[in-house]
Amino acid sequence: MHMDNLNLNGNVPSGDLSDKWTTYRSTLPLVAPNNKLKIEIIVVGTGLAGASAAATLGELGYLVKCYSFHDSPRRAHSIAAQGGINAAKNYRNDGDSVFRLFYDTIKGGDYRSREANVYRLAEVSTSIIDQAVAQGVPFAREYGGLLDNRSFGGVQVSRTFYARGQTGQQLLLGAYQSLSRQIALGNVKMFTRHEMIELVLKDGKARGIIARNLLTGELEKHGAHAVVLATGGYGNVFYLSTNAMNCNVTAAMRAVAKGAFMANPCFTQIHPTCIPQMGEYQSKLTLMSESLRNDGRVWVPAKKEDAKAIRDGVKTALDIPETDRDYFLERRYPAFGNLVPRDVASRAAKTACDEGNGIVPTGLGVFLDFSAAIERYGKSKANILGLANPSNAKVIELGEKVIEEKYGNLFEMYEKISGENPYKFPMKIYPAVHYTMGGLWVDYNLMTNVPGLFSIGESNFSDHGANRLGASALMQGLADGYFVLPYTIGTFLSEDISTPKLDVNAPEFTAAADLAKQRIEKLFAIKGKQSAESFHRRLGKIIWEYCGMSRTAEGLTSARKQVRALRDEFYADLYLPGVANDLNPELEKALRVADFIDLGEIMVVDALDRNESCGGHFREEYQTPDGEALRRDDEYAYVSAWEFKGADQDPILHKEILHFDNVELKTRSYK
Amino acid sequence: MKLTLKIWRQPSQNVKGKFETYSLDNVSEHMSFLEMLDVLNEKLSFEQKVPIAFEHDCREGICGTCSLVINGQPHGPLQGTTTCQLHMRNFKDGETIVIEPYRASAFPVLKDLSVDRGALDRIIQAGGFISVSTGQAQDANAIPIEKDVASHAFDAATCIGCGACVAACPNSSAMLFTSAKVAHLALLPQGKVEAQKRVLNMVRQMDLENFGNCSNITACEAECPKGISVSNIALMNREFLSASFSSNDAN
Repeated sequence: MHMDNLNLNGNVPSGDLSDKWTTYRSTLPLVAPNNKLKIEIIVVGTGLAGASAAATLGELGYLVKCYSFHDSPRRAHSIAAQGGINAAKNYRNDGDSVFRLFYDTIKGGDYRSREANVYRLAEVSTSIIDQAVAQGVPFAREYGGLLDNRSFGGVQVSRTFYARGQTGQQLLLGAYQSLSRQIALGNVKMFTRHEMIELVLKDGKARGIIARNLLTGELEKHGAHAVVLATGGYGNVFYLSTNAMNCNVTAAMRAVAKGAFMANPCFTQIHPTCIPQMGEYQSKLTLMSESLRNDGRVWVPAKKEDAKAIRDGVKTALDIPETDRDYFLERRYPAFGNLVPRDVASRAAKTACDEGNGIVPTGLGVFLDFSAAIERYGKSKANILGLANPSNAKVIELGEKVIEEKYGNLFEMYEKISGENPYKFPMKIYPAVHYTMGGLWVDYNLMTNVPGLFSIGESNFSDHGANRLGASALMQGLADGYFVLPYTIGTFLSEDISTPKLDVNAPEFTAAADLAKQRIEKLFAIKGKQSAESFHRRLGKIIWEYCGMSRTAEGLTSARKQVRALRDEFYADLYLPGVANDLNPELEKALRVADFIDLGEIMVVDALDRNESCGGHFREEYQTPDGEALRRDDEYAYVSAWEFKGADQDPILHKEILHFDNVELKTRSYK
Repeated sequence: MKLTLKIWRQPSQNVKGKFETYSLDNVSEHMSFLEMLDVLNEKLSFEQKVPIAFEHDCREGICGTCSLVINGQPHGPLQGTTTCQLHMRNFKDGETIVIEPYRASAFPVLKDLSVDRGALDRIIQAGGFISVSTGQAQDANAIPIEKDVASHAFDAATCIGCGACVAACPNSSAMLFTSAKVAHLALLPQGKVEAQKRVLNMVRQMDLENFGNCSNITACEAECPKGISVSNIALMNREFLSASFSSNDAN
């Protein structure tokens, strides 16, 4: 890493954008096969990024050690991604290309990501689909036997490949199966039920981890020549999110505590289509795939009295005539309508609800209505079947079948959770935290500022800028794991071929294990009265209120004070049941909540520093007269990379200035 | 709602477990089953007691982590539903609910309601994959696959690896789990190449893990939250038989 005056360099190779990766890849230092057999790599996490990286590194001949806190490497939350995966295959002949996918991603990210990384992502996207199909991933197909595509979230071409509503699950199973093959071959050693709770540095390089065996509580020392974090996003800092219950930021924050920079932590994505919150006991929010916006129309009653009547249960959606409905996305954004990007759709829903037109008892919900699509598909199907003058009931019956084929499992899931039939009544939805664009700062090689420490998938910050486009998370996780990291890690490891196997009895490992032990003992020693869960819930409320869909300097300043007060209370009044050397989910939670609190403060500081609105970061002070985000490229076209100096000190800001040589910075407009 | 809960408590694998009874008031019908357990655990925490260990993660019915046998049924009374997607509106006020871990000798209890399902991973490691390394693939559209075949393979591929089939089976057989993967891959042209070797190796591993045999009771299909069909078992039996006669390359 080169650094001067706190400015970071992304180590982007020179040359034309379209040739950079190919040229770089062909000139990267290689590690010879005989040397690979002596080099150990730790991969933490078994989601799409971790599983694909571990499998591929194993295939290349490295000695891989892979860690997951789950009971099996098939459980990571990548499985929950429903909608699809983008690739610039142009199978639809609709004008897609690598450049167009690159351009859409840069623009969708509101010009806050690194051009070269995004171009590379678009470039390798096509290989991912080839790889997945070869692994047996059962993507949707057309009658001719070729792969089907759909248009997805904020783009005008159909480049999204999908496997019903289970694209993430099927892609992860593909990676998991490849990983299983490498485990069987002995190339990857798998450690399930192990959570990384400390990073080990030796001579300034990442050389191992301390992993807590979640069954026995033992703090195990594991060494390797390099460490790869594929540990996912930090959306659970909000407590309620669409993330799985165990998603956490601990591995990343342990790296941050050892000097890795956290980049753009305030860039979080609020997904517009989730099932609204029902009660205080609620443990998580459930996402309804964005693909539903292809056929669903978002609306609220135009009249406040109608909205109130629906909230009070006096009226239902069906009582509101067409003329009294406000299809606010179609009204505000005629060019993109219901398919505007996630941040835009979410804020518009918030505005509608803030104005008093929300349709669930909490006031925080809007309708997603399929009746028009059911009618359209029904008529088309009747036509295909040669039915002249079909009855309305027949049209609806046929239309519902088409919708069921496309979204059956999503509709079923909605009905299970809400108890309402979405074929007959419009779905009720509201935005929820879904993805975090921010993450560990990495250079073009996906290496953090700590030599030998790499970060891939959602855990890094690299490709989505201030907002991620739909169906791009699966793409990035697999691009990093299958096609980028396995090459770029060679730049670091080729210098290390004569480094012997790491001795885990070295003082650096003992010191790191002691540090972890002390942290655990400190939590048990508090002997207070409040559960880790209750602190987490309170932290989430602070972050959601002040660092959620819209933010102000005043609110953020107050949020920082509140987070600090919460931290003091946590360390004074936490109650931790059980013991350290046993399976103890409460201890796991407490360790994670402690790290979420520290991350929460950095997020707030980052949001306060960024005096502009861009992507998922909307500062109320910076908006256009008609309420759209106001970006300030002159001052803020940079990546904020925060150096953590301890909970009681201000983090230090390092900037990576973003250069745009291939795209013109435009105000995003979906009107 | 007010509920009486009889829950299996077992401190560790080698200690004998027993049922403990808890009562819980003010349970909302909108809560999920696991949120009800969260509330109970928070209550136990406040009383300075050790909370109940149970496994869960995505709470969207897709990761396969949650388990539990509820009133004798894996994943509870609702068909096609994982425990995390089961809501309290499916229970009555005043009801007594019995909650146990999965019972199978291949799934040892680790603590309370948590069991070790590592045996399922080892069955996949024995052959539940297509041997293709990264970078070897041809263009994704090079081999057309009939829509119905792809759809059939998908149906088998929806298995979430939760192990409910094993818990439902009186013989603790893992035939449904194993056959779903065998069928998924055997149906696709990409997976056909090594189908014989795959089925022999996976079945061998299944037997090594102490899972029981299939005696066509089909409780597995009835309890499977993803509706995996027992016709996959028939397909696996066919594959296995023909492989046994013709193949000599199992290892």
